[in-house]
Amino acid sequence: MNKNIKLLPVVAFLLSICTSVLAVNPVLDIGFVGVTSGPAASWGISNQRSMEAGASLINDAGGVKIGGTTYDINIVSFDDQKDPKRAIAGMEKMAQKGIHYVVGPNVDDGAAAVRPVAEQQNIMYFPYAFPKSLYTKPASNAILGMVANYQSGPAIYKYLKDNEGVKTVAFIAANESDPLSQREGGVAAAELLGLNVISKTVTYQVDTTDFMPVIVPIVKLQPDLLVLSGVAPANAPQLIRSARELGFKGLISTETGQDAQVLMDGAGDLANGFISVGGASTPEIKSAEMDKFVTRYIEMFGEYNDESNTKVYALEYIIATLKANPAAINNVDEFKNTMETFTAPNPYLKGDRVLKYVGMSSFGQKRQISIPLVVNVYNNGKFETLFVAEVD
Amino acid sequence: MEQVLTNGVYLGAQYALIALGLTLIFALMNVLNFAHGQMYVLGGFVTYTVYGRFEMPFVVAILASAVTLAILGAFVEKFLFRPVLKNSEREESSMLLAAGLAFFLDAVILLLFGEKQRGVPKIIDGVMNWDFLIIMPYDRILIGVLAITFIVTFILFMQYSKPGRAMRALAQDKVAAQLMGVNVTRYSMLGFALGAMLAGIAGGLLVSIVGVNSGIGGPISIKAFMMVMIGGAGVISGAIAGGFILGMLESIGLTVLVAYGDMTYLLIFVSLMIFLSIRPQGLMGKPWG
Repeated sequence: MNKNIKLLPVVAFLLSICTSVLAVNPVLDIGFVGVTSGPAASWGISNQRSMEAGASLINDAGGVKIGGTTYDINIVSFDDQKDPKRAIAGMEKMAQKGIHYVVGPNVDDGAAAVRPVAEQQNIMYFPYAFPKSLYTKPASNAILGMVANYQSGPAIYKYLKDNEGVKTVAFIAANESDPLSQREGGVAAAELLGLNVISKTVTYQVDTTDFMPVIVPIVKLQPDLLVLSGVAPANAPQLIRSARELGFKGLISTETGQDAQVLMDGAGDLANGFISVGGASTPEIKSAEMDKFVTRYIEMFGEYNDESNTKVYALEYIIATLKANPAAINNVDEFKNTMETFTAPNPYLKGDRVLKYVGMSSFGQKRQISIPLVVNVYNNGKFETLFVAEVD
Repeated sequence: MEQVLTNGVYLGAQYALIALGLTLIFALMNVLNFAHGQMYVLGGFVTYTVYGRFEMPFVVAILASAVTLAILGAFVEKFLFRPVLKNSEREESSMLLAAGLAFFLDAVILLLFGEKQRGVPKIIDGVMNWDFLIIMPYDRILIGVLAITFIVTFILFMQYSKPGRAMRALAQDKVAAQLMGVNVTRYSMLGFALGAMLAGIAGGLLVSIVGVNSGIGGPISIKAFMMVMIGGAGVISGAIAGGFILGMLESIGLTVLVAYGDMTYLLIFVSLMIFLSIRPQGLMGKPWG
């Protein structure tokens, strides 16, 4: 009897282990391939952390039910170091793990490099890169994860032309593929709107530490609008600060997402009035679900990154589409078919906005996630909504 | 043109300060410290933490950067480079160690300070505007002056102090210096600590005007190597000259060549290749090393 009593805790312990093992949900792996080290790390880290925070919320709620099965979400990450060769290796790793849905890469050349692997290995991927060739036929596996500059740029320039009387524009870009291609798109859009582009050749090295010499030629021209094409969040405050300190009085804008804390740290009040693109960012539009996401992000990583306002969506789209068609879990053709008609409520915004795939106007097929084009203006440490538009 | 030349001098002062520590370590130990940029970044983050977060005086923050990096430098020399240099005849060993240290510091800095660009409040407000010919914010003027002050102090220290003379003797001929009673172990450690400290001071000073982020270490190292190659590896005055030449070339190129896109660095690199093929030891280096 005594011996049996002594064994009771052991039995109870074993039972609890068995129960907990039985209670564990099957795991659905979702991949991330992007840059999480080096000077551009902030692009990818905010991506990866957004996915991890989103997955954590799902898992804490007991998982996500897809078909008859409830899954826990696991994020499998790979740092491509902004190197296309590494991006290919990352996508191959995802294929070896049997992953069919990957977020990233973050830059143009990486996204282009992984295309053959993704198409051969049946992987749908969500790049944050803008080349149209990735999303137009015959390409079919890439889905643009944000609003492209050739979609946001014209909207911003038109708004500023109509409301702020902007007539002259100057562009400045880092000397690498993404910003340069964004600059070309921006120049074309500005010229189409009838704006006078007075400078489009000023560039800077990505490793520039002091932007004062770079910005001098533009400040002399005093354009109504200075566009920082494809500017990295690390460089934006320095460019703004240098321009303002040299006496630039016009407007400054970009088509990339930025972080309010970084702007405040780097440029202080000199960044007031800076226009950039957000996502589910400002108090006027964000929902309680978005607040929950931000809180979880801070709990997990200590500090929120406003770039995640545009990066919160990709994981949500993947899961919502799989919920709409569970057969797509291992079959990307099913996923593609579902994209044509898919709609679901957008949990991150107030009101009745929906998640859907768009891109017919830009790419001739639905290869872009629909997120509202939220244009922000920075003022005294926070973003305010300037205007909201839709993209197709 | 006045603005361009002023920018060149001011950039040159920054660059020279960055390159000094690198060339000192090379002169004393024949080590190419690939982690120099990471040490600069760490110095920047220490100042960011002390001045930007804890809101202590800027001078205290610079001191904290200097002390932290000096301790780190001494530690790195004693526990990493000294054993490797003692046990390995091959120069690649110390280069590999330096590269490994760079990656390690990159990872640690990313972990400790995050991926975001960090900056601190301006140390002085206001902008000097001289008839619109030269416009320069006061904080940049101050940082430029401080950078030049540190460079001059360093030169005086190396020229007239006992440790400075000992380190110069070591740099010229290690065996002869040892025979003259110079403690090689002690002064190698002191030199490495001093080199790291200079990187930390540069990072601390510049964080107040250009900010810092965890990924900028590698590019800073490359730029510092360029300055050292221009001036002559292991020669203090060469590193200073290299810094000012690079700063001036950048400033003039970015203005004069603006209509041709990003030609400045292309031309700088082409010029450097031609220059090094004619004078591989740099401006002030000795052909025999």
